[in-house]
Amino acid sequence: MSGILVLAEHDGGVFRKTAAELVAKAASLGASLGLDVTVGTIGDAPVGSLGAYGAQRAVRVSGDFGAYSTLQTAGAVAAMIDAVGASIVLAPASYAGKDALPRVAARLGAGFVADCTDLRADGGALVARRPMYSGKAYVDARVSAAIGIFTVRPNSFGAPAGGGAEVAVTEVAFAAVADPITVVESRVPESQAVDLTEADRIVSGGRSLGSKERFDEVIRPLGAALGATVGASRAAVDAHYAPHGEQVGQTGKTVNPQLYVAVGISGAIQHLAGMRTSRVIVAINKDATAPIMEHAAYAIVGDLFEVVPALVEALKEA
Amino acid sequence: MKIGVCVKSTPDTAITRFKYTSGNDGIDAAQVKFTVNPYDEFAVEEAARMKEAHGGEVVAVTVGDAGAGKVLRETLAVGVDRGVHVDAVNTDSLATARLLAAVARSEGFGVLFCGKVAVDDQASAVPAMVAELLGWPHVSVVTAFSTDGATFTASRAVGGGVEEVVTGALPVVITAERGLNEPRYQKLKDIMAAKKKVVGVVTPESLGVSAADLAPVVTFSAYADPPERPKGRVIPGDAAEAARELVRLLRDEAKVL
Ligand SMILES: Cc1cc2nc3c(=O)[nH]c(=O)nc-3n(C[C@H](O)[C@H](O)[C@H](O)COP(=O)(O)OP(=O)(O)OC[C@H]3O[C@@H](n4cnc5c(N)ncnc54)[C@H](O)[C@@H]3O)c2cc1C
Ligand SMILES: Nc1ncnc2c1ncn2[C@@H]1O[C@H](COP(=O)(O)O)[C@@H](O)[C@H]1O
Repeated sequence: MSGILVLAEHDGGVFRKTAAELVAKAASLGASLGLDVTVGTIGDAPVGSLGAYGAQRAVRVSGDFGAYSTLQTAGAVAAMIDAVGASIVLAPASYAGKDALPRVAARLGAGFVADCTDLRADGGALVARRPMYSGKAYVDARVSAAIGIFTVRPNSFGAPAGGGAEVAVTEVAFAAVADPITVVESRVPESQAVDLTEADRIVSGGRSLGSKERFDEVIRPLGAALGATVGASRAAVDAHYAPHGEQVGQTGKTVNPQLYVAVGISGAIQHLAGMRTSRVIVAINKDATAPIMEHAAYAIVGDLFEVVPALVEALKEA
Repeated sequence: MKIGVCVKSTPDTAITRFKYTSGNDGIDAAQVKFTVNPYDEFAVEEAARMKEAHGGEVVAVTVGDAGAGKVLRETLAVGVDRGVHVDAVNTDSLATARLLAAVARSEGFGVLFCGKVAVDDQASAVPAMVAELLGWPHVSVVTAFSTDGATFTASRAVGGGVEEVVTGALPVVITAERGLNEPRYQKLKDIMAAKKKVVGVVTPESLGVSAADLAPVVTFSAYADPPERPKGRVIPGDAAEAARELVRLLRDEAKVL
């Protein structure tokens, strides 16, 4: 038996957007490749419901997975791959995807292809397109081993329409392993906004904001008006206008939203590295020759301290 | 204790555009300046600080061609005592991990520091693979690290802005995130002292890694620039007009609102 296994991530039983996105993509690839699609999850989540997006079967490793453990995750994934007889594994390029899945690949001698932005069936095989060199080049990746593990950048395919039927869930046995790493503290951020890497809309501010107060007074209300998550350039983070976790770019987060609004950000190559795959980029900048302009679908040339409040107004009217 | 640190030679991140080999199966390296992978600088600094606190020897390891060996030398002026250059082509993450794990075993490292990602292949895979092959735990995307020489405490950024503090016992593989530390600058005295330090060259055979173990299971082809974007447009008018027009375009044309 061989097939596609999709790893569905959830937060306390609520599936992340990537779950439906990857199941739907797997269903269309499975149809071309002649492979069944099984969706699998770890912990307590209604994985059978993802049949709605085209999975034929569902598997689950139950148990206490409340606190993240690298070795438990790796062990549970390996058990599901074995139970399903998967030749292709699709997973989100999340923290767990980056942290635990390379271990699984090394354990099984599998090919590991990270951070794919496109997947296609080509001559009976799966071919992944992915960025390299901070997005300055793209390559095709192919796996020659019996098992290929592919992590996919969130929002690469967009939200699918559900409509299929719920499928039955098979429990996969997994004997918990002793993890020599103990979590002693977990610090959750105050803001409950969507994780930048999964956000559909992002508003980022740069050095030009000039102070933390002005960043909070100008950028955050625009974020709220757009229903967007707030990001920042490194210059803004280094100046403490925004926390480090909000940095977008080569040394910050890699994001892939539908809408990215860059406010007073020049568009340095290291910033572009983190956001250039965004579907629609908007630039607000007083310099018509700033590098970000070349990447923007829409640009407003002007003083951000006038344009942003006007934009918040226009969004309220609309 | 021997403190290991993985260092990869990667293209300078200031490069804006690559040229490709004739078959588009790689970048044209002749056009490119290589340096230490930025995240590995944090790994090197953490290794140097651990030695300063607890003694031992810092050994930096790279897998790559002669150019990689040259880049490795740069670390000898910022706290590394000795280099090991595995003379082999980087094919895929697993093959590279097998070589690095073999060096860790033969050197008898008590801890191994790596970067969270190499800015060329962007895989974030090799360190976890090395840990798996060694049977060690690993902690990735680490923003703070301390050790008493036997146990350690590390902070990791697990996504969604959540920071976790974890503890465990050495040996462990750690992957460095920006902010872990502030890497030191080369001082003239250290640059002079580095000239006397040794980079040993080893082959896969001498490490007992066979050609079969190095055969890649992932292959890359069709290298190309990022897809072109359609030319954008500047929205005219004063702030209020432009803002209203932008909202209309985002809603009716781009359909993102
Ligand atoms: C190894 C390395 C890694 C890096 N990693 C990152 C990274 O991850 N992320 C990142 O962002 N950067 C990164 N950088 C830094 C990057 O090179 C730039 O320095 C940084 O992105 C600049 O931030 P900025 O656009 O906010 O500031 P600036 O480059 O100073 O740009 C400010 C912009 O605001 C505009 N402006 C000023 N005032 C106004 C106004 N009133 N109204 C409208 N527009 C205005 C200006 O025209 C200008 O375009 C990295 C650099 C290095 C060397
Ligand atoms: N060829 C290599 N030589 C030495 N270290 C490497 C090599 N490849 C990867 N590494 C280490 O593994 C980290 C992550 O690399 P990667 O998995 O390729 O993104 C790097 O920051 C290095 O510390």
